[in-house]
Amino acid sequence: MRDFKEKGMRLLFFLTACVSVAAVVLICLFLFASGFPAIREIGVFQFLFGTRWKPANNLYGIFPMIVGSVYVTAGALAIGVPVGVLTAVFMAEFVPKRLYKPMKAAVNLMAGIPSVVYGFFGLVVLVPFVRENIGGRGQSCLTASVLLGLMILPTVISVSETSIRAVPRSYYEGGLALGASHERSVFHTVLPAAKGGIFAGIVLGTGRAVGETMAVMMVAGNQAVIPRKITSGVRTLTANIVLEMGYSTDLHREALIATAVVLFVFILLINLSLSFVKRKT
Amino acid sequence: MNTFKRKWRSYRRDVKSLLLCLAVWLAAAVTMLALAFIIGYILVKGIPYLTPELFAREYTSKNVSLFPALVNTLSMTVLALLFAVPTGIGAAVYLTEYAGRGSRLVKLVGVTAETLSGIPSIVYGLFGSLFFVKYLGFGLSLLSGALTLAIMILPLVMRTTEEALKSVPDSYREGSFGLGAGKLHTVFSIVLPCAIPGILSGVILGIGRIVGESAALIFTAGTVAEVASGLFASARTLSVHMYVISGEGLYINQTYATAVVLLVLVILINAVSGYAAKRIGGGRGNGEKDR
Repeated sequence: MRDFKEKGMRLLFFLTACVSVAAVVLICLFLFASGFPAIREIGVFQFLFGTRWKPANNLYGIFPMIVGSVYVTAGALAIGVPVGVLTAVFMAEFVPKRLYKPMKAAVNLMAGIPSVVYGFFGLVVLVPFVRENIGGRGQSCLTASVLLGLMILPTVISVSETSIRAVPRSYYEGGLALGASHERSVFHTVLPAAKGGIFAGIVLGTGRAVGETMAVMMVAGNQAVIPRKITSGVRTLTANIVLEMGYSTDLHREALIATAVVLFVFILLINLSLSFVKRKT
Repeated sequence: MNTFKRKWRSYRRDVKSLLLCLAVWLAAAVTMLALAFIIGYILVKGIPYLTPELFAREYTSKNVSLFPALVNTLSMTVLALLFAVPTGIGAAVYLTEYAGRGSRLVKLVGVTAETLSGIPSIVYGLFGSLFFVKYLGFGLSLLSGALTLAIMILPLVMRTTEEALKSVPDSYREGSFGLGAGKLHTVFSIVLPCAIPGILSGVILGIGRIVGESAALIFTAGTVAEVASGLFASARTLSVHMYVISGEGLYINQTYATAVVLLVLVILINAVSGYAAKRIGGGRGNGEKDR
């Protein structure tokens, strides 16, 4: 009886371990099975590089959305990476002891704020600010980049901070012993040694930026054209799905699922490069 | 004061160090001020509109009550945890206690967990609408939403539990075996109880993600603004509620107030997880001492 129970529970544990594997298989299966027929029907080239998205006229080119996602992500990185990495340096090497705990809690809180709240904040604060001070309608590539830059900060900060703290103290002390100042020791010996971890944080942040949906959609303007200026509206792959999924049918619907496939492939590539970075360090 | 003077003198000789120091402080200030501004702005604009009407039992287009959404958030969280927590813990137990270190399944599950945690929530939403809503026929419902979210937080629960189980010293297990306990008994009476704080912190992080999620729920749980009457009823959670009313443009003040409630929830969840994290530190300390 006891043997039976042991074996039964072992099997049960085994099955639960398989759930995540099954989930990935199912997700791939369902997305690809529903997305690929549409890509075939539209034509791979037409779908990926077509510059016109007009479901009413049977034109399904997602190139503007791919460009949109790339622009917005690049913008987010341009803001989030320098600020995030420097903040991580601050938290690992510069922070006065008393400030560390509240700061850590603040960064964790920043990671926990729901994306709708970020999006709403962007809508009521950043959009009017950009409209009045920089031009355009406010809902733009720039606004989305700034907001996303803020949103990826906690990811970049925590991962970078951990890797900076993992650098052996002797590196820093060696720098000091050679007569370098605190700042020079940190930036010339500790940071290069933490490069791998910082890069991993940046890649994770990129994943977050590419996948972010609601917040971007609320501030980006969502015009399905390639933006000409930094203040023009832009539509990302993620926003494309949410905006039209509700009322789409047939090929249109499948084209949206195919959009998710493209997004999924992007994320897989980012994950792959992440494990590559991790293996190298 | 003297040290300050000395520092200043060295900075005057070494402008690059001064600039680096300033850049680092500036970046930290930007991060903290941005967070303070977001939270402060929402609180200042939202708190005056936290009226009793907003918490009315029924939602109408006049009172824009968030009460049904709040109840739905609670049931959604409980339901998703009901699926994700046992599965995640079971998987972690198998990976750490049963499978040999470095076995192929451990590696495979590791890779899939990493993949799952990188997938954007909208892709989960689409998958949920294809699989749970359409294929399994659950419709836009609490159940579809909870199952989708359960898959989403599964890697989180699994990973944190795995870490917690790994930090239980092997001597505990050996002691238990030495007293004649079986594997199963050891897992349930010795290993898991020791790992509870760690598991808890994972679960709390999961709750945070569930409460904040919107993109994965719109196409799985739908947007009906009533308290869900059952597992198969459509229901909007607080985040989805906030998204919907912010889009309508008429309820800007109520949206601020809803954001305040969401923020308070998130702050509470963070505080609890901070507390749990402290307990882990304490627990591990005791473990060391016992050795």
